[in-house]
Amino acid sequence: MTLLTSVFAAIICTVIWYKNAPNSKLNIAPLCWMFWGASLMWFVDAIFEYAELGAEYFAPAPMDMLNDLYLGLSVVAFALIIWLIMLLVKDPKGVVKAALFKVK
Amino acid sequence: MACFLVPATEAVVTTVATKIIRSNEHDKAETFNIKLPDGSIEEVAKTPFSTKLGWLNKMLWGGSALLAFEHLWHGEVVPFFPFLTAVESGETSEMLAEMGSTGVMMAVLVTATWLVMLAVSSAMEKKAIHNSALVKEEVKA
Repeated sequence: MTLLTSVFAAIICTVIWYKNAPNSKLNIAPLCWMFWGASLMWFVDAIFEYAELGAEYFAPAPMDMLNDLYLGLSVVAFALIIWLIMLLVKDPKGVVKAALFKVK
Repeated sequence: MACFLVPATEAVVTTVATKIIRSNEHDKAETFNIKLPDGSIEEVAKTPFSTKLGWLNKMLWGGSALLAFEHLWHGEVVPFFPFLTAVESGETSEMLAEMGSTGVMMAVLVTATWLVMLAVSSAMEKKAIHNSALVKEEVKA
């Protein structure tokens, strides 16, 4: 479920990036890389788990699924916070600078 | 247990490599003309290798950060010394075995994906340069 959440987040981010490229000032690309990187890593984790559990891997207990979804959504929130901090620090539209340094 | 440490270590190495390569790259990137779908011609620069290595950095750093969060969630990483519960509970050998299997495979898959991207982007650039020659001929005619 965490892998699925991450893959969907990666796909959505990539579509948003593609739609707004090349003039987007939202700096979405790092978020795409982050989700794709994590998805690949969790995919490896899933392969090892499948090798251990076999077909049982695809029939998780509802409580485990809910917990994994909760974790997946928390991971997405964590990634969005990292992205938001990067966006505000880079400030490509100069909004933060304009708010901090008002012209007299 | 601590599999994310392997891609994180690779990320440190590739980040240092990126900085060194960037400092040695020429300021002037190779430029060529491309024909856009609307028929207009635009001059573009070839993507430097350091930028392409940056893609790998971002995947490795981002993936490692999100996996570190997952390990924190599962109580496998703690914010105090020795930071890894496997070390605290005397499961160091199991942890190292997991890093050597899952961790290494994670780093290999991310790097392999990046290599495929590198090959595809290189092929696209070659095609664009080839078309650029055609565009020049068109402009001359």
